[in-house]
Amino acid sequence: MIINSGTKIVRNTPLVHAAAMVQTATMVKQAFAFIIIAIAFSIALASPATALVEVKINQGNVDPLKVAIEDFSGQSVKEIGFGQNVAAIVTNDLLNSGLFAPINPDAFLETNRSATQRPNFANWRPTNAKALVTGRIIMQPNGNISAELRLWDVLSEKQIIGLQYSAQPKNWRKLAHQISDTIYERLTGEKGYFDTRIVYVAESGSKAKRIKRLAVMDQDGFNRKFLTDGSDIVLSPRFSPKRQEVTYISYASGQPKVMLLNIDTGQRELVGNFPSMSFAPRFSPDGNKVIMSLQNDDTANLFTMDLRNKKMVRLTASQSLDTSASYSPDGKFIVFESDREGKQQLYIMAADGSDVSRVSFGGGSYSTPVWSPRGDFIAFTKLIGGQFLIGVMEVDGSGERILAGGYHNEGPTWSPNGRVLMFFRETRGETGGPSIWSVDITGRNERKINTNGFASDPAWSPLNP
Amino acid sequence: MTLNIVKKLMVAGLLLTLAACATQNELGQDASSILGADAKPGTIAEFTHIVGDTVLFETNQTSMNDAGKALLDRQYAWLVQYGVSEIKIDGHADERGTRQYNIALGAKRASSVKKYFVSLGYSGTIKTLSFGKERPVSLCDNISCWSQNRRAVTVVVTK
Repeated sequence: MIINSGTKIVRNTPLVHAAAMVQTATMVKQAFAFIIIAIAFSIALASPATALVEVKINQGNVDPLKVAIEDFSGQSVKEIGFGQNVAAIVTNDLLNSGLFAPINPDAFLETNRSATQRPNFANWRPTNAKALVTGRIIMQPNGNISAELRLWDVLSEKQIIGLQYSAQPKNWRKLAHQISDTIYERLTGEKGYFDTRIVYVAESGSKAKRIKRLAVMDQDGFNRKFLTDGSDIVLSPRFSPKRQEVTYISYASGQPKVMLLNIDTGQRELVGNFPSMSFAPRFSPDGNKVIMSLQNDDTANLFTMDLRNKKMVRLTASQSLDTSASYSPDGKFIVFESDREGKQQLYIMAADGSDVSRVSFGGGSYSTPVWSPRGDFIAFTKLIGGQFLIGVMEVDGSGERILAGGYHNEGPTWSPNGRVLMFFRETRGETGGPSIWSVDITGRNERKINTNGFASDPAWSPLNP
Repeated sequence: MTLNIVKKLMVAGLLLTLAACATQNELGQDASSILGADAKPGTIAEFTHIVGDTVLFETNQTSMNDAGKALLDRQYAWLVQYGVSEIKIDGHADERGTRQYNIALGAKRASSVKKYFVSLGYSGTIKTLSFGKERPVSLCDNISCWSQNRRAVTVVVTK
């Protein structure tokens, strides 16, 4: 079988016969179904019907799927170099997901196959790999980099993905993340999250007078870029679900104000012009509104502003501090925190502000709720026993699970597929500071994101356009 | 003179080590007055260090205790005496809270102080601002520092 027959494939269009693909994809997916079921099972075991009072770090026990990832081949030195780098990124993405165990290439037996040759699976079975990733890089006459990806089911000896990608050379990391997303989606049945970015606050200087700058980076910590110059305090950036926009608060005017920043053009504008502080902004799921807190003397209440016509709507009228609002993905509900009953607790209301009901009933106080993009969980920060924990609960408040613990963890944000959370973790004392971490929703696979310095307030983007 | 200050600082240090038991406002006062020992009457330095510009709050509380109110009474007397027509109240929270809530909490503390000045009869302009947990003054990671950071600072606006 010659794998390179057929015409040039359009980006993201399958190469091979669909029927065969589906069948073999199912075989690998079945192996994976076991893992997904195992995760679900461990969740079920660890979550009693009522909210937890005691704190348990959930550690599911899952065998990641073994996958072999070859360097993508190439004809020229340049192509070969890109091929190695693309394979390295894909390896890192899949490894960091915690669901895959890339095999050390030193264990590969087949190392000298030509680009057009089909893998000899007798050489791959001894590695215990269930899936094999191969590919090649072709530099296009117009200077673009093109990558062919092939994903093989080692046991059935069938190709389950054949796709071609193309990008400008400066976007080669993005291209590699897209390949990771394709593999992840094919093998897990879930959308990937690798071609995404994180907007966050980069911190420097002494703890008493921190310099805070908005920054954006790829989800793996690369391509870091500052968005503000550090002359004003900036906090709590949030990505637009629809556009290359970030809403955040800035002290540039002298007091905290909700701002809007276009990442591509750098253009900034004030969201509304209120006499007092506005803070804790977040976009509605359609990207057309910003929900935020407005302070009025000793109360803070929730408002929305329609970015198209600047129309304001008041949603709460409490004598308390209502803040950190987050929409359900269908836009019909809002979860927020309020101290209306004393301690900070989580409440859900309809998007018009009606039908408020409390959802957090565990010990301690709850804050920074964020609705999962899948709609199934609410992530939060929980303060109990002098510890700040990151957890998730179902939207009715049941099934609380703590995913990350310690002295100070705060501010979870969801990957677009709702499988992974990032948050920030502060270390203690005068020289302490925040760093960004990720953990999956089973509480496994906690990892520090490389930000080259203190970093806080991460917010995950949707999949990049 | 210098020796005297050093002695006072040593005493203050001793007091700080006993911080957990002492009430926070008394502590803040002692430390402040030493720093402003040379301040002349009517100067900002006098207001800041001798009167004391900072009122402290208990964890998660936004109303002043009696010592806090007594300090605000002294601030008010000074503001009236020197005819200060505009002040700004900066509210702060300690690091043991989440960011957005702390902004609201700091604002509520500043608002409490503002309301208290108004209740005393202050007729000047009062602006409030919150820094949440973004601008701590004490940087250690125990209760003696956190209590110093839960504060509202009265700033004399000079024109």
